[in-house]
Amino acid sequence: MTEIPPMPAAGNVAAPVPRAPGRPRWAVVGERLLEWIIRLCGISAILFVLGIFYFVFAKAAPILLDKEFSLTEFLFSTKWYPTSEINVRYGTLALTVGTLAVTLLAMLIAVPFGLGAAIFVSEFCGPRLKETLKIVIELLAAIPSVVWGFIGLSVMKTVIEKTTGAPVGVNVLNGGIILALMSVPIIVSISEDALKAVPDSYREAGIALGATRWQLVYKVLLPAAKTGLLAAVLLGVGRAIGETMAVLMATGHAVNVPTSVLDPVRTLTATIAAELGEAPEGSNHYRVLFLIGVLLFTITFVINLAADLVIRGIRRK
Amino acid sequence: MKNRLNQSALHRLLSILPAAMVLVALSGCGPSGDRGSGGESGPGKTVVSVQGSDTMVNEAQAWAEAYAAVAPEVSVEVGGGGSGVGIAALIAGTIDIANASRDMKDSERAKAKANTGRDAVEFVVGYDALAVYVHRDNPLEEITLEQLAAIYAESGTTTKWADLGVTVPGCAGEILRVSRQSNSGTYEFFREHVLAKHDFKLGSTDLNGSKEVVEMVGNTPCAIGYSGMGYATDKVKMLRIALKAGEPAYVPSVDNALSKKYPIARPLYLYTLGQPEGAVKQYIDWILGPAGQKIVAESGYVPLPAKAAP
Repeated sequence: MTEIPPMPAAGNVAAPVPRAPGRPRWAVVGERLLEWIIRLCGISAILFVLGIFYFVFAKAAPILLDKEFSLTEFLFSTKWYPTSEINVRYGTLALTVGTLAVTLLAMLIAVPFGLGAAIFVSEFCGPRLKETLKIVIELLAAIPSVVWGFIGLSVMKTVIEKTTGAPVGVNVLNGGIILALMSVPIIVSISEDALKAVPDSYREAGIALGATRWQLVYKVLLPAAKTGLLAAVLLGVGRAIGETMAVLMATGHAVNVPTSVLDPVRTLTATIAAELGEAPEGSNHYRVLFLIGVLLFTITFVINLAADLVIRGIRRK
Repeated sequence: MKNRLNQSALHRLLSILPAAMVLVALSGCGPSGDRGSGGESGPGKTVVSVQGSDTMVNEAQAWAEAYAAVAPEVSVEVGGGGSGVGIAALIAGTIDIANASRDMKDSERAKAKANTGRDAVEFVVGYDALAVYVHRDNPLEEITLEQLAAIYAESGTTTKWADLGVTVPGCAGEILRVSRQSNSGTYEFFREHVLAKHDFKLGSTDLNGSKEVVEMVGNTPCAIGYSGMGYATDKVKMLRIALKAGEPAYVPSVDNALSKKYPIARPLYLYTLGQPEGAVKQYIDWILGPAGQKIVAESGYVPLPAKAAP
């Protein structure tokens, strides 16, 4: 048997690979080719993000130079009159507040629920129930958003009208519950992975010290898995903020700064979806809709960045 | 087992396709080449693509179905989305006929000319009396255009049913305004003729379809809404409408719409790019003829007066 030369160290893959005696040239070339393909796959994520941001921003940018457009009005006015005949105003504050209100409510419901479910699945239940639960939760994640929207519009609407006496059943509460149901499966499966990744030696050490199961979860597992858990919550937030179809159907589509969870609202995403079709390409309305896309981008970016900083802060302690 | 998996994957792909096509059409990224009188699809089948007004979508669907019996070699594909969506698609050159419940603005005509090199041609195919609906338990019977404007306009001050002198059973008092999304021709018609081009007060519930407005008003005692008269159900009441206080109020009906006594009656339009030819022309001629006009009446709208029909 021929000696196989040691693999080149990681990070040094571009250095010429010495050809092992007896290995055909095509195998070496093929390996190199595969390496490049994989490298390209790795970098492509960055390219896509930059590409999308460039595309969206380039479509929106001309409006920023328009004299009649005011960025202050765009960010801080609640008057959204994109097609007015007498006084066009592009204020998105009500839409931003609507998006944040629905997302916040969704997270208030989904985070405790999702983390609880993850802890149960990972630590408290038997192997058979665990398998069943995991399959069902994954099934929940596979339900298309338009179906969720339909549930919001037909089932939740009536339930909310009957139980709360609200005049309109499509509102913040409806959208929040629907979005919570949509983000729970993501939060559960990622948190469960994070908890599973905590080494068993931690659990054994905890039990050896006489900790109860609950103490083990609360004092050992949650702190050890916090990075993963935060990532799970963030992905849930991302899903909720970016969701379009379900909120379009379930939130009532009223440009309105909500004062209670029973008020209908309109979200940024729903506005883009509902109005892009009628906005003539290249018009100010069209560009402002793309600017809303940039705004959404910025909101998710800020949330991700904040979470990243929080995680770093936790680590440094 | 593997076979079944593949099938379901294929199925999923197929089911995504139409949605993707709609998205392409919506975003205006579709092919902007001109498609004159219908593209060919399949052996010997001519496709006439129609899109636009949600008020007219049921009517357009009924035309298309009836026309399939008249001319089996032509397949008429109908889409909704709102008059604005239909006109935007016509400007982009992706459809043959745009349905609209409002007339095309000069700016839109100019854009169509610039983009496709052809003028938009207008056909009036019927009339609609835009009805104002309230819940059937609402004691209100009639309303003036001024009162409507005070409820719906940005500067309007009417927010309670008591301001109109009625108490609505099952409602705390606040008027719940039901409106349409801004790409709706009904929305623009209401803004132009009831609000005198002023803007709507924000905070109304903006729904996507004519039918949804009537459904919501039927389920909500506090609500008021506007929609085509063809969508009336027994859960709602159509208000009589007067031009101003002191003048007689009229019900939205065929006669009152034709005699122009009803203040907010409007024509329903079809638009094409350039004078229609071939299958599109035959289709429009059929719509303007007795068979097509009968369907206008059956859909709850007002057909053209006999003398105006060609």
